Amino acid sequence: MATLAISETADGGRVLALAGRLDASTIRPLWDEGRRAVTAARGAHVVLDAAEVDYCDGAGVAMLVGLMQQGDPGRVEVANLDPAFAALLAQFDVARLARDLDPAPPRRPAVDEVGVVAATFWADLRSLIVFTGETTAALIWALRHPGKVRWKDVWMICERVGADALPIVALISFLLGVILAFESAVPMRRFGAELFVADLIGISMLRELGALMTAILLAGRSGAAFAAELGTMTVNQEVDALTTMGLDPVRFLVTPRVIAALLMTPLLTLFADLVGLLGGAVTLHTFSIPFVTYIRQVNGIVDFGDFMAGFVKSFVFAILVAGIGCLRGLQARAGASSVGDSATSAVVSGIILLVIVDGIFAVVYYLLGI
Amino acid sequence: MSAPSDPIIRVHDVTAGYDETAILDHVSFDVRRGEIFVILGGSGSGKSTLLKHMIGLEPPLAGSILIDGDDIVTAEDGLRQSILRRFGVMYQSGALFGSMTLAENVRLPLEEFTDLDDDEIALIARMKLAMVGLDAFTGHLPAEVSGGMQKRAAIARALALDPKIVFLDEPSAGLDPITSAGLDALILRLARNLGATFVIVSHELPSIFAIADRVIMIDRVRRGIVAEGDPRKLRDSSPDPWVRQFFRREPEVLPA
Repeated sequence: MATLAISETADGGRVLALAGRLDASTIRPLWDEGRRAVTAARGAHVVLDAAEVDYCDGAGVAMLVGLMQQGDPGRVEVANLDPAFAALLAQFDVARLARDLDPAPPRRPAVDEVGVVAATFWADLRSLIVFTGETTAALIWALRHPGKVRWKDVWMICERVGADALPIVALISFLLGVILAFESAVPMRRFGAELFVADLIGISMLRELGALMTAILLAGRSGAAFAAELGTMTVNQEVDALTTMGLDPVRFLVTPRVIAALLMTPLLTLFADLVGLLGGAVTLHTFSIPFVTYIRQVNGIVDFGDFMAGFVKSFVFAILVAGIGCLRGLQARAGASSVGDSATSAVVSGIILLVIVDGIFAVVYYLLGI
Repeated sequence: MSAPSDPIIRVHDVTAGYDETAILDHVSFDVRRGEIFVILGGSGSGKSTLLKHMIGLEPPLAGSILIDGDDIVTAEDGLRQSILRRFGVMYQSGALFGSMTLAENVRLPLEEFTDLDDDEIALIARMKLAMVGLDAFTGHLPAEVSGGMQKRAAIARALALDPKIVFLDEPSAGLDPITSAGLDALILRLARNLGATFVIVSHELPSIFAIADRVIMIDRVRRGIVAEGDPRKLRDSSPDPWVRQFFRREPEVLPA
């Protein structure tokens, strides 16, 4: 316990007699009372008499410093503090502590902020273009020197990107097929046209949804994983270590990942197409359309060109998602939160790019009549 | 205050290790109130493992560890919380929260465990950072200062609540000699004037000779404590040649 007794001196000053144990759990009421007493003394001398203080830790010393900071220097002084605790007080420069020596920088005005965002966006676009060039160069190099590619890494990443993704890709595309078929079969039945749902499923899965859903799943699973992995390596200076060994981080870290994604994404897309069609078949079966009829209907409407339209896209999507994941990882700065930011930004910019590129494909296919 | 010689930490018959793999067998020692106690040992001797047991991060494979009378190994939630409040820990890497400034790192325990108001906490945080020479860097993020400065800020955070016991894992590794000497002076001041107890895992012999009251030396090969006592006496007159060799920094003689 700690107590504070205040007495007034003849010249209007105050003597604050502190007693007991001054630590973080006892100083709260004393500090307030002391502050009021120092204010009430109106510029007259104040003595903090610590003769009866039997313990005073860092928090207690902070209270003494806090009271000494009030008013002009020298107006409030500490007396009779045990030498052991006085040594703790003596290590501080009271006047220096009164100022915040490292204040937070003032907030930028809104106009500046807009400019900074625009400049950041521009710089980001540039780094994306540079990185695309570097990755392409590294891929061409890998094609010309296949012996120098770290195939062990590639197979390991293939397993994580491809095989491990099978269950989730199967689940999502099966449900997609089921839902798409169900939602369209109900209104179509009013016209007796349930059979044409097979056309819808066939064309939309093969041309569009198979590739797009697989790529979005890839962005969420592997894009984020690449960013987190490479981000942690950057933060731990592992990327610096590669650079100073004379090994190009892009060739060493990015190439195996992009190759693995390039090998696996088309296969996953193929798988998604099939499972999606199967989902549609199951739903339509409950609408009394037999499997054979369904398959014949799909076969009649979909040709090889439709399949290739989706399949070709999946290669481009693979490069995009794997590339952006790696880029965001290599851009990580320091600290745990920056790795998190990399992973988030890998997924977000990955999906944005996917949608933009998918739109470009749609226009190109239309112009080419595919 | 109790007599300076009574034990504040009692490590009794502890088998240290992880996952059923023992590194040290049946280790017992006491840390006395108010002393600066150093745990020494070669690389991989189990110093850090022992420290992890003492601060309650990992339970030892066997044995008890009493912190001011209560066993941290078996303590249930409420008691465990109160034991954890008795000590501060500085981790080898600093372990500062990267998203907070240095001042916010020091403020965090004060905000969570005291009822002081904002200005008061701000002043205490600034004083803790001033003690380690960092009052001009309060608004910096850990990533914006050097490794040595992060370490000093971590010490300031460990001291935030003025704990009775402070555990420091390799505090002076990576610090320049002047800063390291300043840190030694700070530890001595807190121990002598406040009666704080320091348990330090360290390799830095100059610093150990300057501040340690007592050391224990552990060895993985012999799976236990091989020496205990005043470091200067051990250097000059330990019966164990390996211990003398360690303190005199003589290289290991490799078999031909």
